[in-house]
Amino acid sequence: MASSYDYDDGSLESRYGRPPSAGHGGASTDLSYDPNFVPDSVKTFVVHLYRHIREKNVYEIHQMYEGSFQRLSDRMFRDNPWPSVEAIAPYVDNDHVFCLLYREMWFRHVYARLSPTGRQRVESWDNYCSLFGVVLHGVVNMQLPNQWLWDMVDEFVYQFQSFCQYRAKLKSKTEEELQLLQQYDQAWNVYGVLNYLQALVEKSAIIEILEREKEGLEQFTATDGYDYEGGTSNVLKMLGYYSMIGLLRVHCLLGDYHTGLKCLAPIDISQQGVYNVVIGSHISTIYHYGFANLMLRRYAEAIREFNKILLYILKFKQYHQKSPQYDQILKKNEQMYALLAICLSLCPQINLVEENVNSQLRDKYNEKMTKMLRYDDEAYAVYDELFTYACPKFITPSAPVLEEPLTNYNQDAYRLQLKLFLYEVKQQQLLSGVRSFLKLYSTISIGKLAAYMEVDEPTLRTILMTYKHKMHAVDSDGKIIPNADLDYYISEDIVHVVESKPIKRYSDYFLRQVLKFEEMISELDRIKLD
Amino acid sequence: MGREQQQQAAYTVEQLVAVNPYNPDILTDLENYVNEQVSSQTYSLDANLCLLRLYQFEPGRMSVPIVVRILIKALMAMPATDFSLCLFLIPEQVQMEEQIKTLIVLSHYLETARFRQFWEEAAKNRSTLEVVPGFEQAIQGYAIHVLSLTYQKVPRPVTAEAINIEGLSLDKFLEYHVANSGWVLEKGHSRSQLMVLPRNEFNHPELKKNTVDGMPFEHVTRIFPILS
Repeated sequence: MASSYDYDDGSLESRYGRPPSAGHGGASTDLSYDPNFVPDSVKTFVVHLYRHIREKNVYEIHQMYEGSFQRLSDRMFRDNPWPSVEAIAPYVDNDHVFCLLYREMWFRHVYARLSPTGRQRVESWDNYCSLFGVVLHGVVNMQLPNQWLWDMVDEFVYQFQSFCQYRAKLKSKTEEELQLLQQYDQAWNVYGVLNYLQALVEKSAIIEILEREKEGLEQFTATDGYDYEGGTSNVLKMLGYYSMIGLLRVHCLLGDYHTGLKCLAPIDISQQGVYNVVIGSHISTIYHYGFANLMLRRYAEAIREFNKILLYILKFKQYHQKSPQYDQILKKNEQMYALLAICLSLCPQINLVEENVNSQLRDKYNEKMTKMLRYDDEAYAVYDELFTYACPKFITPSAPVLEEPLTNYNQDAYRLQLKLFLYEVKQQQLLSGVRSFLKLYSTISIGKLAAYMEVDEPTLRTILMTYKHKMHAVDSDGKIIPNADLDYYISEDIVHVVESKPIKRYSDYFLRQVLKFEEMISELDRIKLD
Repeated sequence: MGREQQQQAAYTVEQLVAVNPYNPDILTDLENYVNEQVSSQTYSLDANLCLLRLYQFEPGRMSVPIVVRILIKALMAMPATDFSLCLFLIPEQVQMEEQIKTLIVLSHYLETARFRQFWEEAAKNRSTLEVVPGFEQAIQGYAIHVLSLTYQKVPRPVTAEAINIEGLSLDKFLEYHVANSGWVLEKGHSRSQLMVLPRNEFNHPELKKNTVDGMPFEHVTRIFPILS
């Protein structure tokens, strides 16, 4: 059942989806790599980047970070790491913070293009500890682009996830690697990771800032988190903000969906916010939010959010074609379509899905969705397949047991979540039968319906109650919210069906047309005057 | 004095969970808090999830009796999905324990509204469930909830089966609800007794407030400049 699940990690399909340049021996490091050799282009790069950071020229920093770094990596460092930090330090006045930032990028490059060794993983952890330590002490005076700050948090969580996978595959480890795991048991320790994220959220007081913003006492979203006038550092604030999303992600990896959603709660995703400025953070937020809601059985909510983001990606992905995150965006896009297919099979509310998204969904998953509605063995196989494809890479957070016999337990967490998910699907097995019958009637007696469905009356009553129970989710405030498109009530022996017809949204339609025509009229006026 | 102390301790544990949840030192406090929830018939999902998480981080310190108590408390919180939330955090081998397997079966019956089977199974496992006072009432509350979602008028035998009360006790139970919860007793055809449950938007879908055609005020303000 877990066949198609590929935990093969640290490999090059993981992050940026870029395959290694073919034709190179396949060795993870070119033998001629000299960590101390600094090509001129790198020299220029670090000198300029350092200067821009000192001058707080956020735009230039962004250009160099997104553009130059990728170009140089593509051109010169396809199979090798960048020069070591010690080699470039002299060019940047041995600035401690810059070196930490450089190292962060250095490790990220290794994870993306090469395979990190155990020692490199541990060193990367140390680097993050130092970097976050500096930020938490409040001594950072820079303004960095949001993209970079998001990437830091995103990468931090990703490397944690990657390490847990790495650590759980004990069978093929060498003696040396096992020694390393034992010696550095603090590296990527789950407490450390969670506490750093929590500390960033708290120290930045981001929750209070968002609260005050709602009352109009603070400017945050309007300036995308930057401080254009005062020039104070945005680093701690933004790291705090993104850490909330980081916490949501870590909790999803642990299987604790409720707490994950709580961590995200200060961010209001029904509004525009800083979280959707950087497309990576937007997608990550909605993906994990939707997934958590799916596991919490709040299907309608998940469908709504997936619908919005998929529509957004459809409209705007062309603008990100050149960006290094493009492959990630596409991957998440596909995964969210799979999750949407699952949600719609469990809760057919097709009216919540916008037309373009719906047609894309049909293109990809029409056959599978028909199969899933059947609730036989083949259906479970499809649910299994889609869940496996689209779920986060769950982890086992506890420290490994390093005694014989060594096993690979990296799939345990995933298997548990899959099992519980399929268990839930099974409980909803008989509901689609009810749905299809009730669509045909406005009233029907329990006796007759039981005969059609070939069950006895008491069983039918339990099925009808199960439908009602499953289709009414309990939201975070304890309110009951209906999920279903088809509703009914029973009066003694008769089932009365009430179908909610899709309501034409006249007011919305008129509003949009009024605004559109007003725009057109003012355009025409302008032309006349020319 | 004892009660006050209890309140003090509960306050502190909730604070701990809010402020410093990723900390192995609070494990014992959380375990004590579970026992307190059981004895004082209170409930805190956040604290229990925090404890289950810590058990995940340190499997050596897991205590099956505490987990059983958390799960029973979660069952009592139905229709909320607390039980599944807890299961997501409990490793597979632990879920194989006898008591936990039983609880999973019980939860299955409740989720699929198989009340008769549920009460039968619960009777067989009285020893496990007795540990937590208030269990029966909580499940009866859930059963009434499901009935209210589904029925406008429910026949007496269906109710009896759902809440596992019969005869004179059932009469007393119904009297109480007629007096306090707005139930009405009627005669159905075949001269059986019917309970008319209070009207809500679930068993009277026409009562569902039709908010679909409503609009947020901010959207309307957009066309004010044009209208003037």
